[in-house]
Amino acid sequence: MELFDIFLLEAVINGLLLGGLLALLALGLNLIFGVIDVVWISYAELMMVGMYAIFWMYTEQGASLPLAFAFGIALVAILGAAMHQFIVRPVLSAEPINQLLVTGGVLFFLQAAATVAFGVEFRNIGIRLGGVSVADVNLSIARLIAFTVALAAIVATYLFLNRTYTGTAIRAISQDRAIMPLMGVNAGKVYLLTSAMGGALAGIAACLLVLQYDVHPAIGLSFGPITFLICVLGGLGNLVGGFIAAFIFAQFISVGGYIFKIEWGYVMAFGFFIVMMFIKPEGLFAKRR
Amino acid sequence: MLELRNVGAGYGGFQALFDVSLSVKAGEAVAVIGPNGAGKTTLLRAISRLIDASSGDLSMEGQRYNDAPAHEVVALGIAQVPEGRRLFPRLTVEENLKMGAFTPAARVAYRDRLEFVYSLFPRMRERRAQLAGTMSGGEQQMCAIGRALMSQPKLLLLDEPSAGLAPVIVQSIFELVRRIRSEGYTVLIVEQNIQQVLKVVDRGYLLETGRIRASGSAQELFASEDLRKAYLGV
Repeated sequence: MELFDIFLLEAVINGLLLGGLLALLALGLNLIFGVIDVVWISYAELMMVGMYAIFWMYTEQGASLPLAFAFGIALVAILGAAMHQFIVRPVLSAEPINQLLVTGGVLFFLQAAATVAFGVEFRNIGIRLGGVSVADVNLSIARLIAFTVALAAIVATYLFLNRTYTGTAIRAISQDRAIMPLMGVNAGKVYLLTSAMGGALAGIAACLLVLQYDVHPAIGLSFGPITFLICVLGGLGNLVGGFIAAFIFAQFISVGGYIFKIEWGYVMAFGFFIVMMFIKPEGLFAKRR
Repeated sequence: MLELRNVGAGYGGFQALFDVSLSVKAGEAVAVIGPNGAGKTTLLRAISRLIDASSGDLSMEGQRYNDAPAHEVVALGIAQVPEGRRLFPRLTVEENLKMGAFTPAARVAYRDRLEFVYSLFPRMRERRAQLAGTMSGGEQQMCAIGRALMSQPKLLLLDEPSAGLAPVIVQSIFELVRRIRSEGYTVLIVEQNIQQVLKVVDRGYLLETGRIRASGSAQELFASEDLRKAYLGV
């Protein structure tokens, strides 16, 4: 290996780009957990539904791409709200294991439903954006877009949480939910809104992924477990921790995959996770209570 | 202003309040005193609708609100400073105050209210960017009172404002209550620190094992033989 390896640089940059996307998914999952205290095991399946929705609108209904994207985001946002209303709300005071099981049930329900509706074939919307070469480093345009849009969505969410009354209430509710009524806050409404926001973030991720990957009923499994582990590594419910952990994970996958073999990147990332669970079981950046 | 008639309340099968009747008139400061476990906090929780009244009537300015959801009570003009302050520890002082102005009516007046609270508690202006959980107990109590004042309440409920604070600070907390009174606020305060609280209120009720045992002006209660023997130890 040369001292300066252009392909290594490429791997680092690709890791960075992947990190942005994973950070977006982690933000949605963390936001919901931070506020409602329930992990949506089926979070990535919402994104899968969004990808199919975009595919269906664009390819089968002949809608324009922006319209298909808007449809996908709106649908997943509504799905997020429905997920809270009909699946999570009834088990809010149940044991955590039951909450996990019921959202896990939704994972397989959505997978099976997608198979019924679209079959197991890999589908794609037939758009290939190609690549650009910057100083001999080859970069995928779809990934650059994904990174930029993901970061913009993260910044927008951050501003919303910090600048608005509702956003402040979302942060407050995770610190002391029992006294929210004394502030005049209807906690149920905040839960619903947060779930819709989490859904919308998964919808945005769907738009970005549909430009890079084929859709199939199990695509959620390529992103769901890793998103969950990122959130745990960053400290469940800690938004900043999840953001940083996403980039750490992505570097393991990208650079590890380059140095050894692509599959090895994932082995190393998950191995790192297991070791970290022994060393810091509360996550790298535990949620301060 | 606030009127409770024969209110009973409790948790599950356990009844903590029996047949409580009390009233607070506009401009008054009223104390509910009594020993630990008398039901004082339960009483404020019932007034704020955090728990249901199992019997009796709650009314604010002549309007019965037994069935109002808890989050609509602030809009009726009732703000509570809960026991133990209950600030959001990882929000800044100013964000805590912002949460106190969450209702639509309060948002409109946010800037004015913030200025009012900062002028009442200049210390809070100095600390506005600090995380609330990192302040001293006395400062946190200031912030908690300020947060409740942000909604411009007609009635301020204070639950054990002196609890858990150092004796030196306790003095200054009652001084704060006096200042809030002088700003024209109507106050209902629940306290175990009977001697101190009777100095800053007009009237009081003695609550024991969930029932009102005595009521009267602060002087009357202070002079009452029973109370002196039972609680003041003199």
